[in-house]
Amino acid sequence: MSNQVYPKDKEILPGLQIEKVDDRIMTLNVGPQHPGSGHMRIIIKVDGDYIVHTDPDPGYVHRGEEKMAEYRNYITNIPHLERPVIHDSCNILYPYCLGVEELLGLEVPERAKYLRVIAAELNRCVYIEYWLAIYGIFLGHSTMFMWPVGDRELLIDLLDKMTGARVTHAYFVPGGVRNDVPPNFEDVCLRQVNYFEKRLKEYADVFYDNPILISRTKDTGVLSREDAIKLGTTGSVLRASGVDFDIRKKEPYDVYEEMDFQTNVLKAGDSYARSKIPWLDMFESCRIIRDALKKMPKSGSVRVKLKPKPKGGDTEVYRRVESGRGSLGMHIVSRGLPQPYRLKISVPSFRNLIAMPHLLTGEKLGNMPAVYWSLNYWPVEADR
Amino acid sequence: MSSTDSTEIAKTDDSSVASDLDKSLSDSISKKFSNVEIAYVKPDRIRVNVKKEDIIDVASFIRDELNFDHAESVSGVDYPEDKQIEVVYHLGSYTDTSLDKKILALATRTPREDNPRPGNDSTKLPSLRDVFPSVSFHERECFEMLGVYFDGHPDNRRLLLPEDWADMPPLRKDFRIKGR
Repeated sequence: MSNQVYPKDKEILPGLQIEKVDDRIMTLNVGPQHPGSGHMRIIIKVDGDYIVHTDPDPGYVHRGEEKMAEYRNYITNIPHLERPVIHDSCNILYPYCLGVEELLGLEVPERAKYLRVIAAELNRCVYIEYWLAIYGIFLGHSTMFMWPVGDRELLIDLLDKMTGARVTHAYFVPGGVRNDVPPNFEDVCLRQVNYFEKRLKEYADVFYDNPILISRTKDTGVLSREDAIKLGTTGSVLRASGVDFDIRKKEPYDVYEEMDFQTNVLKAGDSYARSKIPWLDMFESCRIIRDALKKMPKSGSVRVKLKPKPKGGDTEVYRRVESGRGSLGMHIVSRGLPQPYRLKISVPSFRNLIAMPHLLTGEKLGNMPAVYWSLNYWPVEADR
Repeated sequence: MSSTDSTEIAKTDDSSVASDLDKSLSDSISKKFSNVEIAYVKPDRIRVNVKKEDIIDVASFIRDELNFDHAESVSGVDYPEDKQIEVVYHLGSYTDTSLDKKILALATRTPREDNPRPGNDSTKLPSLRDVFPSVSFHERECFEMLGVYFDGHPDNRRLLLPEDWADMPPLRKDFRIKGR
């Protein structure tokens, strides 16, 4: 095969082996309380100004979601499963609902499918805005902290109207969505999304075309296409390294097949490309929302009625969706009980974490924030 | 893998709706390896059960000949009544566009002991880290959560649990949450 990524001879990727460390090397703990590390610790060994060894140490916000899910039935699992990423709560519930629907054999009403797409895309923008705000403040750009946090309110207001909650929506349920939207929602949504898109274009002037940002992020932490595939990275990290892989296109779920959008791919694989992909994704999200509002049936049921404590068969499912950070999969093992026998949440942050030692090793210490947060990493989600 | 090992695994036979590519993938595995069991072939989802001695050979074959290039997830499932723990690798492909939608689940089982001593008992599996580097952290998580030691993994340390965790691996079924 022409694009073979596994050469026959065995090689270990840099940063993934344990090394012997000598006397001139200093150990530096970044986190877990440091605001820049975000509830995780990175144990860095530096030789002068250069990072020679990186050991990420997540787990400070491990809640045992997978164990909790084994004790609760399929419906009562919903509110706690969204906790790992409350900013992207619709997208983390999406694979769970798709999986349970496959287990129980439920058919989702047409209007609910569109409402799901709108909620998921609004949520994706809310998440990316929050991530972008932190990336801005990481790099000392406080305007880029204020703007996204302010613009995020527009979408949070919309989600508030839709679901009744600002961040923890618990909106997706197996068999549809929890409730219909208020009567004038379509007009308000269209207006806010159009304004939001106008605001997004201004980010280029202040942030993405800013020479200071470019000089700090260009050519730092370069992840080649081959290594991105080998390490199994996903989402914006993968697409910034030139691999066109978006679950919404590759394995469309619900009505994404009918939506008019494109995936964003950049070839550079550096921090700048990784930080630009989510921003470009938000434009596509706006397109999807407008398209969904246009194509959505104007009335109809949004939820199928479920029996109390429904039971799955003796089987297993694996479903995945594209979340704000990348592919988010859920493996549900059912053994005819009202609760899952085993629920494995495969989160993109955890999958992208493996790229961190690979990218940071060999970088200058000052580039650490620019590389680390460009991985679109959410510590709470990685810990589950 | 013998038939008794797979009693918990789906018996649903959806092969009528599975595509030709799904079938040809599963056929090529069963043709190459005689003692491999194809648990099911659903649309875009294939599950292969192997013995733990064969898993590296089968995984290398899946990587080199079938073009699956990364692991999406590694889940461990505890079956106390069989005295076994199952580890399922969900493999996907980025390079081969015909495999975009496919997930190949490669499953194997290892004996479990009632009084686990993680790392020092018979609950061991060969690590797939040299075949798929992407399983590295997933296998570390599986080791601490279920006590499955991965032979050949250079870094079987704790990842998510606290350093002073002294109880049994928490995702085993005999670890109970208080009050539940």
